[in-house]
Parts: sequence; structure tokens; C-alpha cells
Amino acid sequence: MGILEVQNVNKSFGGLKALQNVNLNIEEGTIHAIIGPNGAGKSTLLNCFVGKLVPDTGTVMFNGQSLLGIKPHEINQAGVSRVFQTPEIFTDLSVFENVLIPCFAKRDGSFKMNALNRVRNEVDIQEKAEQMLIDVNMIDKRDMIASSMSRGDKRRLEMAMCLAQDPKLLLLDEPTAGMARADTNNTIDLLSEIQDRRHITMAVIEHDMHVVFSLAQKISVLAQGTVIVEDLPENIKGHPKVQEAYLGGAH
Amino acid sequence: MNTFSKADKNTLLFVIIITMLAPFILNPFPEGSAMAQFNAGYPDLMQRFAIFGILAVGFNILFGLTGYLSFGHAAFLGVGSYSAVWMFKLLSMNIIPALILSVIIAGVFALVIGFISLRRSGIYFSILTLAFAQMSFSLAYSVLTPITNGETGLQITLNDPRILDGGTGAGNLPVTGLFGMEMRNTFTLDVGAWAFQFNVGYYVCAIFLILAFYLSMRIFRSPFGLMLRAIKTNQTRLNYTGLNSRPYTLAAFVISGMYAGLAGGLMASMDPLAGAERMQWTASGEIVLMTILGGAGTLLGPVLGAGFIKYFENIFSKINDNVLHTWFSFMPDGLENAIVWVLHFFVGKGWHLTLGMLFMLVVIFLPGGLMEGADRIRARFGRNKGDGDDTPNATTPAE
Repeated sequence: MGILEVQNVNKSFGGLKALQNVNLNIEEGTIHAIIGPNGAGKSTLLNCFVGKLVPDTGTVMFNGQSLLGIKPHEINQAGVSRVFQTPEIFTDLSVFENVLIPCFAKRDGSFKMNALNRVRNEVDIQEKAEQMLIDVNMIDKRDMIASSMSRGDKRRLEMAMCLAQDPKLLLLDEPTAGMARADTNNTIDLLSEIQDRRHITMAVIEHDMHVVFSLAQKISVLAQGTVIVEDLPENIKGHPKVQEAYLGGAH
Repeated sequence: MNTFSKADKNTLLFVIIITMLAPFILNPFPEGSAMAQFNAGYPDLMQRFAIFGILAVGFNILFGLTGYLSFGHAAFLGVGSYSAVWMFKLLSMNIIPALILSVIIAGVFALVIGFISLRRSGIYFSILTLAFAQMSFSLAYSVLTPITNGETGLQITLNDPRILDGGTGAGNLPVTGLFGMEMRNTFTLDVGAWAFQFNVGYYVCAIFLILAFYLSMRIFRSPFGLMLRAIKTNQTRLNYTGLNSRPYTLAAFVISGMYAGLAGGLMASMDPLAGAERMQWTASGEIVLMTILGGAGTLLGPVLGAGFIKYFENIFSKINDNVLHTWFSFMPDGLENAIVWVLHFFVGKGWHLTLGMLFMLVVIFLPGGLMEGADRIRARFGRNKGDGDDTPNATTPAE
């Protein structure tokens, strides 16, 4: 029984079949990588998990609950968090405020009319947010405005924001894209540490094979909208179908 | 309780002191002096400062925090005024029931308009609110004449029932009051050449302004306010953080509509008269202008902006050619006429030109409004002080 079960998902944009009969099963507590060449449908698939897109046919079940037709914020409240390809953070707010928001969202739900409370007096939320910043090693940047940070820091902040919600499933869309090698390695360490400590299930889309093979416990290879192989990392490397997908095959 | 930071407490204290001492502060020039026409310390204008301050503070909760630019806020102002006058006609000349009804009716209006308009964001939201406001304006002139009294405007008459006061149908028109204190009562304090006017109506407005400001401060510093700021910054992230932006924006819209309703009610309380022109799009535009000029998203900015625009409207517009001629009478005739001819376009009826140019200057050079200007000045002084603090080791003692 997987935490996320995707069955026969199809999605077309006009004449383009972006996803064809995609089946995917993400086991609880694992890091599952989804790889594939550009245009294979990886991001489309992820968008179907978070409510940004609705598949034409098929089912997406999370913890036994269908995610189809549910709004993004409801999916998130159910326990699915997402790190985007380009960091989506609250750029005008301080780093600390960025982390406060998911902490409030976790505690208070999708809407609470608490216009007369004071952020200053929410001690438990403040402590949680601070701890989160310590965990991702950003406490020294606490009062910086988020937009003034480097791309790598923005990503780490976004990860901290997602983790602050204690998600059951964390979706990461190319978490190391555009990062320097050192930052990439830091991210790998951070993710595996989180996985060790909190047992959060993760689905990672990634191009960087170094990242994929350092983290993933299972890998699905997507090509032209279908999952061509789903297997353990050691079996993926030399798999003829995978090589064909990446190198263009016999065409 | 550690409610606010020290800076916030100081800001609140600043507002309280300024509003309470406004009759002195706005009246710096002695009566009869050439500068006396720059005095703004008369009841009418001071009331307007406070009322438009409330309006701008409320507008800022929507625009400053969430970034949703409503171009129809004058509709709530008008609705508030009509509600208040109806209360004066039907119930009593006491302003309290009038203000309560103004706020409630404006809130209901805001709920309906917001519910529909907030389905869209950006320019489409602005257009929708503008459409609703213009619709209210046109309806007030046409179909709704039985309620609004059309072009004449809604007024109190001697024949009104006024069930609590017992309308008599004889004597003079009653005046608005607060448990017997008449809004128009003014106490004049003569100190030397100065005449300071303390008006009951102004102080009522000022107290509401302080309360409105305090509430807005609480909202700014609350988790709710944090979410509103998050909406302005990145709605996508907010939705993927498990928060539903719609109820937040709607709540902000209703709160800010209620502020406008209160302002409209106060306007009618100072002068029991409500006309449809209060809802026209130019009035909505003025609110936007005030907020941006002062500094959208800052606590104090909108109040400053409101004061600034109202000052210009009432003071600059009164400077006519005759006044200009007396100012420049020391010059040779030709030069005097030339200068008056040039300045003629900027004062009197031309005050809009001056305001427009000032607005452009502020938007171009101080995108954060007057508050940004104040911050820059403070930063400059602060830095000088900082340098002084940092360098005592380097400087040799003077003695």
C-alpha cells in the first residue's frame, strides 16, 4: 500500500498527449525519484498531484483519499507540500515571516479570522519557526528580506517552509537546479537527514543523476508521457530502456 | 502585555498627540496676518482631515496589505452617508445609531461586492469594483430616488418622524449630537492674536480616527495581517501552503468597506446631508491617491496622504489672483503681473495641477510615498548620529 497511488492517469493539452496511462506507486517513508528527458511529462505529473492540473482520466489517491477536483490548499492541508522548480516564496517578507506563515497554516487551518491576536505573542509558533530555520541552517538570515537572498538560499527557505508543515508527502521539483556543486551536496545532505529523522515520504523530480542516485530508494523513468521503468536505483543505471529514452534509441 | 513594539507605541502616541492638539498645530499663524490663510485649524477642515484619515486607513487595510486595488471605495462612503441620514430622519439625531447603521450597511454592501469582485484579481478586480461603484452612483440618481432623494440629496426635514427624539414639525431643523453634545459646538480660545477653535464634531471624528488607527495597527501586527501581506507577495505559495486566499481577501475587503462606511457616517454626522456625488469615481480615485501619496502599506502614510490632499484642496484652492497680487505687490508691476500670471495656473482653481505634479514627483522619486521620504530623512539623521557613536575612539577629546 503506497502513500500515493496513481493509476492510469491521462492528460492531453490539445493534441499533445502529455501523460499516457501513468501508473505510479510511492511507498510511505521512501524517497522516490521521477526522472526522464525534457518534455517527458514530469512536471505535468507533479501538477496533477497538487491540484494545479486535473487529469483527463485516471485516479490519484493519497492515503486512500482521491486528490482529484480538490483545491490546492485543501491538498496541502491533507499533507502534501511542494517545492517548486523556481522558488515560490514570499519575496517581500522577511525570512522569519516566510516560515511563520506555514506554521500558522499548520496550526490554524486554511482560514482563521485572528485579526486581533498578535504575531509577537504566538510563542509556540515563533519557537517552531525558529527551530525550522536552525534545522536548515538559516537562522543567521532570520531578518533578511527573502527577495535579497541567493537562489540556493531561496530554495532552502522554501524547503524549510514546506517542512514547517510536517507534510506526509513532500514533492520536490528539481530541488538542485541551478545550484553550485557545494550547494547541491548540502541539499542532498539536508534531504537525507530529514528523511532519516522525520521519515517524510518524498517524490523528487531531478535531472542531476548524482542527486538521484544519492537519494532515491526507488526510481521511475518517464519518457513521452509514460512510465517506462520503475525499479530500484541499482537496476536503473544499466537498463536498456532507460538508455534508449535518454540517448534517443534506434530512431 | 507586550502588545506592540516600542516603535509602534510611539507611532500610536504620535497619532494621539497630533489629533488631540490639531487645533493648535494647524493654526500656527496669527489671525489677520498674511499667512493666516494657510491656517487649517477650523472645524470644517479638521473634521475632513479626520474623516478622510479614517477612510484612507481602512482603504490601506485592503490595498496596502493585500495589494487589491479597489476603485470603488467611494460607494461604501456614500452608502454610509445615506444610512446615517436615514437614521437621523427616522430614529434620532444622536450620531451613535447612525454610525452603527452606516458601518453595518457598508459592511453588507462590501460583502456582496467583494464576493463577486474578488473572483478576479489585478486590473479586473479594479474594473469590477469601479463598475459596482458607478452602478451605485447611477442608481442613486435614478431608480433609487425614493431612498436617496436623487439630485437634491438626502436631507433631514422638520416632518421626519424621529421616533426617539419626537419629531415636532415645528421650529428649527434639529442638529446632530452625541447625547446632547451638539456636533457644531465650538469653543474658541483666544491667545494673543491667535484664535484656536475646539469643535465637538472634530473631537468625535478624532477619537474615531484614533480607534480606527489602533484597530488597523492590531490588524497589521496580527497573523491575519501577515496572511494579507503574504497574499500581496505570492498567492501561489499561499495556496500551496494550505491557506485559502479568498476568505482572507474578502474579510479585508469587508473590513475596509466598514471603515469607509464609518467615514461616510461621520461625514453625515457633521453635516446631515448625503448626495450621490459622494460615490462618483473621482471620489474613489481620491482615496487611492491619498493612500499612494502617503505610502501604501505603511501605518501612518494613508493618514498623512489624506491630510495632505485635503489641505491642498481647501487651502491652495482659496488662493486667487487677488491674494497673489497682494503677495507680490512689492515687485515692479510688469514682473508682478508676470509672476501672478504663471502662478495663476497652480493655485485657486488650478490646485489640481499642483497636486497632480506633486503626485507625479512622489510616485517617481518616492515610490513608497511620503512615508518613504520621512524614512529617508530619518535614515540620514540616524546615520549621522550613528557615525558619531561609532567614532568616539578615533576623535580626540576636545577638553
